[in-house]
Amino acid sequence: MKRLMLLVCCFVLSASAFSQTYLTRNGYIGFFSKTPLEDIQAENKQVYAVIDLSAKNIAFTALLKGFLFKKELMQEHFNENYVESDKYPKTTFTGTIKTTEDLTKAGVHKVEISGTLTLHNVSKPFTTSATIETQAGKIIGKSHFTLTPQDYNIQIPSLVKDKIAKVIDVDILIECTPKK
Amino acid sequence: MQKVILSLFIAFVLHNSLLAQDSSLLKMLNDSLEANKKPDIVTGTFKATQIINLPTVESPAKRSLQFIIMHRFGKLNEGGYELFGLDNATIRFGLDYGITDRLAIGIGRSSLDKVYDGSLKYKLIQQKEGGLPFSVSLYELITYFTQRYSDKPYLTDKYRTSYTSQFLIASKITRCLSLELSPSWTHYNMVGTPDDKNDVFAVSAGGRMKITKRMSINAEYNYLLPNQVVSTNVYNSLSLGLDIETGGHVFQLVFSNSQGMIGPWYLSKTTGRWGSGDIYFGFNISRSFNWKK
Repeated sequence: MKRLMLLVCCFVLSASAFSQTYLTRNGYIGFFSKTPLEDIQAENKQVYAVIDLSAKNIAFTALLKGFLFKKELMQEHFNENYVESDKYPKTTFTGTIKTTEDLTKAGVHKVEISGTLTLHNVSKPFTTSATIETQAGKIIGKSHFTLTPQDYNIQIPSLVKDKIAKVIDVDILIECTPKK
Repeated sequence: MQKVILSLFIAFVLHNSLLAQDSSLLKMLNDSLEANKKPDIVTGTFKATQIINLPTVESPAKRSLQFIIMHRFGKLNEGGYELFGLDNATIRFGLDYGITDRLAIGIGRSSLDKVYDGSLKYKLIQQKEGGLPFSVSLYELITYFTQRYSDKPYLTDKYRTSYTSQFLIASKITRCLSLELSPSWTHYNMVGTPDDKNDVFAVSAGGRMKITKRMSINAEYNYLLPNQVVSTNVYNSLSLGLDIETGGHVFQLVFSNSQGMIGPWYLSKTTGRWGSGDIYFGFNISRSFNWKK
């Protein structure tokens, strides 16, 4: 009887040890919009991200107020007029990593990530390619994709439509360490 | 046997929690984010650096320069001959520069009485989300009028100068509604008669109500405490306006019974009355420029 219990305990422990969760609280999301009239660029270096290598799950969350612009007026307008960060303070993503590779093995893995992206109170299915680099005690995730503000119900008034690109380029870089 | 069942149950529960990690990962992140969240400074209490004439708690950000044109036509009651005031105009040009995000300096020139002005605005206290519910800025203004009077040779530099200090206390109450209250003290080096006070006190109140994301209705009232200005008939200044913000510009369409646009003039030299149609239509246009790398 005791042996059985020991076996069960072993199973439970191994299962939880096998769930390799990596976390960061200072991930990076940057976006830029380039038009002949104006360049708009912002960076958020306080992005929270977590990757579960064994279950191949991934999640992000970031405060929209954490996006810092070169021009303070742009930052104010971004928060007040576009993403309405007082009403919808966060942007989040939750999804799965699609790959046949064993992500726990060291090396660079080219993967596809798909899940749900939430921004400005709009949740949409979202898929992008990404790379996940597995190192000893560290996971580095990178991705580049584009977003269309209108998809997330972010309206751009006709007066400034020439100053804001139709699609916004987004860069993501996270360096996660094992979760304690 | 019971122990085995219990163990199996625990194993099952744990295993399930592992499977359910897709959404629980996000929940964990969000919880962690909330726990580490610091209260943010409230921004965008007002769109412009003035409600209509009264300065707001806002100032240009660090290393940004704001150019402002304040323009008032003549009085609406001047009739059709003067095209209801549109034939006449007074104007003020101003430049305001943000030394830091909290400290700004400015210069200006008004055509009315040919006044040069210099100002300083400092954000003493900034409203925080879930923290202090109001902001306080200090506004200091020095004015110097250069209008020549051949019959007043005694008007030296000293007598042409006056000073205004204002505490601007404002609160962004909701995302649409912001209110401001401002006590002010103006010191004139010279006044009209011995009965007029050299130190003049006033209390101003104003606010804005957003009607769309980029437009707001503004109002301000400046109450001059009685028995301070006695040699001329002056009235309290009431102004109404509409803000339209487009990127780096803010347009303000205004109606006011004050012709002057700087402290001493709208606070204690307002000779117009709404009731008799002494209403000046006009606008303020501001544009901000940046050098920040």
